[in-house]
Amino acid sequence: MSENLIEVRDLVVEYPGKGRRSAPLRVLKEVSLDIRPGECVGLVGESGSGKTTLGRAILGLAPVTGGQIRYRGQDIAHMHRSQRRAMGSEIQVVFQDPYTSLNPSMTIGDILAEPLTARRVPKAQARERVKELLDQVRLPSDALTRLPREFSGGQRQRVAIARALALEPSLIICDEPVSALDLSTQQRVLDLFVEIQERTGVAYLFITHDLAVVRNVSHRVAVLYRGDIVEWGDAAQVTSTPEHPYTQRLWMAAPVPDPDAQEVRRAQRLRLLAQQAELDEQAGAGAGADEALPRSA
Amino acid sequence: MSEALTTQSAPAADPETAVPSLGRRLLKDPLGVGALGFLLLVVLAAVFAGVIAPYGWNDQVLADALQGPSSTHPLGTDGAGRDVLSFLLYGGRFSLASAALAVVVAVGLGAVSGLIAGYFGRWFDSLGSWAANILLALPAMIVLLAARSVVGPSAWWAMGIFGVILSASVFRLVRAAVQGVRNELYVDAARVSGLSDVRIIFRHVLRVVRAPIIIQVASIASVAIAVQAGLEFIGMGDPEIPSWGKALNNGFTKIYQQPMLVLWPGLLIALTCLALTLIANALRDALENTGATQPKAPGHAGTPGATQSSVEDVPLLEVHGLRIAYGVPGGVKEVVHGIDLDVRAGEVLGLIGESGSGKTQTAFGIMGLLPVGGGITGGRVLWHGEDLVSKPAKELAALRGNKIAYIPQEPMSNLDPSFTIGYQLVEPLRQHLRMSRAQARERARELLARVGIPDPARTMRSYPHEVSGGMAQRVLIAGAISCEPELLIADEPTTALDVTVQADILELLRSLQQDLQMGVILVTHNFGVVADLCDRVAVMQEGLIVERGDIREVFADPQHPYTRQLFDAILSEDDVRPAYVAREMAR
Amino acid sequence: MLSFLVRRLLSGIAMLAVISTLAYLLMFMTGTDIARNLLGQNASEEAVAARAAQLGLDQPLLTRYVDWVSGALHGDLGTSWFSSVPVTELVGQRLGVTLSLVFLSTFFAALVAVIVGVIAAVHRGWIDRGLQVGSIVGAAIPNYLVALVLVIVLAIQLKWFEPTGYTRPQDSISGWLMSITLPVLALVVTTVAGVAQQVRGSLIDALRQDYVRTLRSRGLPEWRVVLLHALRNAAGPALSVLALLFVGLLGGAVIIEQLFAIPGAGSLAISSTSQGDIPVVMGLVVAIAVIVLVVNLVIDILQGWFNPKVRIS
Repeated sequence: MSENLIEVRDLVVEYPGKGRRSAPLRVLKEVSLDIRPGECVGLVGESGSGKTTLGRAILGLAPVTGGQIRYRGQDIAHMHRSQRRAMGSEIQVVFQDPYTSLNPSMTIGDILAEPLTARRVPKAQARERVKELLDQVRLPSDALTRLPREFSGGQRQRVAIARALALEPSLIICDEPVSALDLSTQQRVLDLFVEIQERTGVAYLFITHDLAVVRNVSHRVAVLYRGDIVEWGDAAQVTSTPEHPYTQRLWMAAPVPDPDAQEVRRAQRLRLLAQQAELDEQAGAGAGADEALPRSA
Repeated sequence: MSEALTTQSAPAADPETAVPSLGRRLLKDPLGVGALGFLLLVVLAAVFAGVIAPYGWNDQVLADALQGPSSTHPLGTDGAGRDVLSFLLYGGRFSLASAALAVVVAVGLGAVSGLIAGYFGRWFDSLGSWAANILLALPAMIVLLAARSVVGPSAWWAMGIFGVILSASVFRLVRAAVQGVRNELYVDAARVSGLSDVRIIFRHVLRVVRAPIIIQVASIASVAIAVQAGLEFIGMGDPEIPSWGKALNNGFTKIYQQPMLVLWPGLLIALTCLALTLIANALRDALENTGATQPKAPGHAGTPGATQSSVEDVPLLEVHGLRIAYGVPGGVKEVVHGIDLDVRAGEVLGLIGESGSGKTQTAFGIMGLLPVGGGITGGRVLWHGEDLVSKPAKELAALRGNKIAYIPQEPMSNLDPSFTIGYQLVEPLRQHLRMSRAQARERARELLARVGIPDPARTMRSYPHEVSGGMAQRVLIAGAISCEPELLIADEPTTALDVTVQADILELLRSLQQDLQMGVILVTHNFGVVADLCDRVAVMQEGLIVERGDIREVFADPQHPYTRQLFDAILSEDDVRPAYVAREMAR
Repeated sequence: MLSFLVRRLLSGIAMLAVISTLAYLLMFMTGTDIARNLLGQNASEEAVAARAAQLGLDQPLLTRYVDWVSGALHGDLGTSWFSSVPVTELVGQRLGVTLSLVFLSTFFAALVAVIVGVIAAVHRGWIDRGLQVGSIVGAAIPNYLVALVLVIVLAIQLKWFEPTGYTRPQDSISGWLMSITLPVLALVVTTVAGVAQQVRGSLIDALRQDYVRTLRSRGLPEWRVVLLHALRNAAGPALSVLALLFVGLLGGAVIIEQLFAIPGAGSLAISSTSQGDIPVVMGLVVAIAVIVLVVNLVIDILQGWFNPKVRIS
């Protein structure tokens, strides 16, 4: 058995093009990544970078065109549906939107029991486990009989985390789990994520566009840009001394919540953009240009 | 951990949760109850026709033909001397049963195939949709007549075939509903939890499609009864069986001798169809949440127009005690509880708060653009000292876009998809500045170039869906500054954008603000954005402004506990997680 | 846009082919029984066989179908078994009457529906509530009942119109107008509120969109926001309703024609089905399918004109 919990090798995901003759849309271009047991890997990217698709591919919810996803040495990318279903207890998910990821017509108790009953866990045992789960995510036990709409966004996200934990998975794909939350709620939910990881040893693939978040929860960070991982390494290194020009631009773009520090950063960013534009020009047109926009106004 | 301990109860009902109590809610609707009662009566009368009816349906006494209502014949007799009441009672059996057949066929076929097509998609979906299109392409009446030339005058066949035709609409309804559910995240979560497709369908999908199907059944039944009676009415029915449509036909042939004869069956058909439609409608109403009322603005007695003071030190905009409320079922809910604000020319004010703090409502309120159901219930909005709240809509419109401009949050949904970008830029220029078409187009091109769009001429000709989100936001900014406004209200102008694009847009806003010396109200939840752009900041919490001041002062030394709490929640850049330590592998 | 239209046209033609094939196979599957039905139960075996041969019913189904298709492609849909008149001629005469009825009804229903729908969406209040009641009642009450009421009140009681009958426009324009007023009125009354409700609904949806607020923030006059921007965006869904309305009116016309004794395609369909004149029924089905196809195509073109996304993709 290899040291890695999950190994993604040269993963390619393509969605069929819109028209019959148009070329398929290549969302991921030979992406490689690994996650060790109990580790949190942050996956950063902007919209359209393919970060959500990578998570969905590991979950078996996106079509894999090429490459491998090995879980404890076993390729799960090309598994049959029923085998894949049996994998359900190993890899779980927490989605971004706490409003649509819980069935509005089911009680919290039913939602949490669902994965357990799907595995034919006896009823009494399932009930015990559900109580335990609520306790783990710090929700009152009277939540069981209530409907999702009675809870706030942060609380719903706790329910989603509890559901993901129900089957004691070894990996949870967290797809922007705090992006829809308010600032103060966001911090508490992040703390909960870290605390659960320390206690249970579950690994996370933490997908986000927010650099502050990724810096706070990740051990290692991968930066995804247009379907490619452009930078990949220890969180401290990638977030403080990024090497790839895109990562540098990305880091500089986030405004700091301090008027004076932000003034400095703004100047740095403009300098960086000017430098990169110069380099691009020397290297020939358009090598790293993202949008058909000028770098600054 | 206050967030984990308080729960809010939402007044609005999700359609999905309403099913168990659908029946109960229906009983609260008097019209629905009446309709249900009438329908029950009609069904019972038909079932017990043998007991109730004074005569057999075909007991003909020619001597008694065409009598009016009497004690022996409560509804009179028809042209063949049959008792109309008995004919209708027995006829109800057939009319109702054949309609039921159509409903059963339609729902059985349509719901099952719609479920499969919606959930599994692929070839079955294409085939099913195609078949549904074919079924809906021809008028049902023509198909039924054509079918009659093949299968003969059997009304059961006709209604069975009609059921097949109707199944197309059930199919479409169920398919659309299922497709909606299939893409829900909670279905993905169930799949990841290891639920089989069958379980997912039973647990998650059926719950959602149940209610629309029930509603559809009621409306289909109404149509089936109408069409079945119609067929009988034009003599295309089964001659051996009594029915409401045939009674109508009997009456129509004697319309000059005894007009009452068409009245009874006509009334019966109309009321039954109406009852079914009303039930469908009441069910739909029970599912949808209705009944919001518009809050009334109090009269501005005593404070008309302007409070005069010297023009010099009057701020651009002053808000005093602004209150905003929304009508909710059973009352009015206030979301902004009397706030004060002011913006001077050339100054950028940040309005920061979490979701539900009322910051966006305040922005809409200032512009007089609150959504339906919302209104300003108190306070004043002074523009150069002149109250906007009491201003006629026309004068307010003349100010908007011209002197006060607005940049929305979501770029894509804020451009009209049906018009070119150029058209949308030219419109306000012609309206406010009375430019000629050519002048306005020239100016629009300049504006697009100013906001950093590389090919203005091409962008002018483009439709909104042809440009990226970042571009669309630039277009919206161009539109907002087109008349060189004095005040710009930007509602989370970068929230929907990627970080790198956000930085570019902030840079653009900064340079425009400096060029035009605009006053700006920047609504946001992001402290970084405030730090980047603002001169002053106001912090909002639950409809109140809890702290305001110069940006450097507030950031350095927040006074209010809520502000401090927000600052504490900001994730620090230096807070990196400790390095990974391999543990022994669990499980 | 062009490729979009070509695609729609091709799929329409494919649909037409399927409809006609299915209809043909189903109608002629019964084979020589048809001949017996035509001659009556007492006819001799020889007579039945002779009649079947005369009608070509003794040929294999596929051969007959191929013959029919090649005829249809040349505009020949066969001959009526009863009147020996070519089907195209028979259908052509009758369909004109029906189409004038249906197009007039569609036009008036759409016109009134847009006006009422816009007013209800903008002003709400009693017009809106009245429209709701009207659409419920209109959807519920079958059009032939409304027609009956119109006949009894306006024709029999008040004697403003002839209760039934049809005057051809080439004989007297005013007579024609008088004779189709009640049928058109019956068709419009039962459909207009429903369509208006749809217009109202999609207009209200359009008015709720974010861009409407932005347009208002630019200080455009309210009539421009509603009638130019919102209404144009509401046109897509409203046009789809129009297509359904047309098909519905075509079906509704069958009973209405019979009731008012108007010699249209509907009454032709009724007489030929009760006689078992299958070539005529077949011809009617094909002709109506073609008309529906053409109407849908026109609506597609209008959709493309209103919605740039359709036009460009």
